Amino acid sequence: MLVAILRQGDYLIASIQFDLTDGQVLELRDDLSDRIGRSRARGLIIDVAALDVIDSFVARSLGSIAITARLRGAETVIVGIEPDVAIAMVQFDLDLEPLRTALDLDEGLSLLDRLTQRDGEDGA
Amino acid sequence: MGHEARVPITSDADLVPARAQGRALAQALGFSQTDATLIATAISEIARNIVVHAGRGEIVMSRIEEPHRYGLVVVASDAGPGIREIDVALERGHTSTGGLGLGLPGARRLMDEFQVETDAGKGTTVTMTKWRARDELERLREKRRHRA
Amino acid sequence: MNPDDQPLMDPPPQVPEVDRSLLHELIAYLRDNRTELREEWVERITQAQLLGVMTPEEIFSEVTAVYDNYVDALETGSVETLQAYARDLSERIIPRGVETHEVLGIVLLLRDVLARALFVEYQHDADLLNRILDAYEPAANRIAVTVGVSFVEERERVIREQQEAIRELSTPVLQVRERLLILPIIGVLDSPRARQLTEQLLGAIQANRAKVVVIDITGVATIDLTVANHLVQTVEASRLMGASAIITGLSSKIAQTLVDLGVDLSMMRTVGDLQGGLEEAERLIGYRPISKGNKPDAAAN
Repeated sequence: MLVAILRQGDYLIASIQFDLTDGQVLELRDDLSDRIGRSRARGLIIDVAALDVIDSFVARSLGSIAITARLRGAETVIVGIEPDVAIAMVQFDLDLEPLRTALDLDEGLSLLDRLTQRDGEDGA
Repeated sequence: MGHEARVPITSDADLVPARAQGRALAQALGFSQTDATLIATAISEIARNIVVHAGRGEIVMSRIEEPHRYGLVVVASDAGPGIREIDVALERGHTSTGGLGLGLPGARRLMDEFQVETDAGKGTTVTMTKWRARDELERLREKRRHRA
Repeated sequence: MNPDDQPLMDPPPQVPEVDRSLLHELIAYLRDNRTELREEWVERITQAQLLGVMTPEEIFSEVTAVYDNYVDALETGSVETLQAYARDLSERIIPRGVETHEVLGIVLLLRDVLARALFVEYQHDADLLNRILDAYEPAANRIAVTVGVSFVEERERVIREQQEAIRELSTPVLQVRERLLILPIIGVLDSPRARQLTEQLLGAIQANRAKVVVIDITGVATIDLTVANHLVQTVEASRLMGASAIITGLSSKIAQTLVDLGVDLSMMRTVGDLQGGLEEAERLIGYRPISKGNKPDAAAN
């Protein structure tokens, strides 16, 4: 299984297990969009700890997933970005500001708790 | 693992082995974890560039040796239509067809040296290199080796 | 394994079939006379005053292992097991203070002891003796080199680790409170150091689960564009790992430099002094208690 997707209360947790091809990344986006819609999840965690490499396409796609999720009423937090990967990501000429991030699953869930409490407020 | 790896690129599925082999070779050559990640990421960018612009090509990664340092050189070649207006393509923020990644500028920032040769009708060759920083101990060993 | 390893010697020339049976005979002889030859070797080691830091029991145990590995290597022509043993041995004896000349010394003594024994055993037949030595010598020399090089490489690995430890000590990342790290930077900040700093800081964020890092550059006199960019990237990378970064101690000189260089400071939180930075950090960590009965998040206590 490439991506394990679990439900936890109001949230969906997607753990990427292996390096994905571009096609698989796009499939993931569509799949998550579907599931959020069906489950009315209010938050989405994407765990990328298993990814040794996050290139500009994957980074943009994560952003794209977050936008899609928000359109369906869910906030997204990316967790598990490794130090090396973080260093590589900041070399892209890509605005990563919109991506919400947290260190790990626990932190991500806490962040989602805070974000989803503030209904109608745009957390920066 | 030897000091060279060759990955044919025919679809986006080939980016996965290209990244993995790039990382493995970099580590075998003694690059730090971080540098290995940067190299693998750059390889991913140019491999995607091949898929998007030319459809197919090849990536060859090998050790490169100079008198006082060594590194990893990656040569990505394709027989595609060539990149028109190479300057534009290398400009920061340039996105090409379908916004599929930032390709070349991203790879350039990740590596130490970066060159593109492109010719309409003949294809494109990207050559990029990362040098291994040597520590004091290695510099001493190198000096000794050269004196002998 | 040393990543710089290039084969030091070509693989040994293929031993022609007729000499293969000689090799077997030689190996059999070395095994049959193991006890005597080993004792002679220990005597020579003691005479040469090598391995002084080791006890007789230790020496006996190590020479037995070396002898057996030596003969195995002669037999198989493969030095891999010997290399692994040599590295293991080196790891154990280097902290004891055993030196390179001692390790090389004892291996060469073993080579000599065995060669002499072969002379004595086969002296009745000069031609046979020559062929036996033809089989023995290249293999024995290769073994000596293998053990020597393994030892030296192990020493170099230790030195490298010590270098790394010293480098880390000179750029300490301090945990002052739960989830809060301070990185005080003092002195000249150049590109390689800035890179190393970033790696260390991100590693510390991960290890300490930090939510805020205060990067204090009070002790930095000047800064150029490359380093300024490194700083900005460090702040961004920290955020990707869930930590906010606050830059403190920005002198007006450096602030002006950054402005002149066109560095985008809008994403960076800067506070005048370290004290102010710490207060800001604590504010960031201690979230307001959330109503609706939820537990407040970890406060900075």
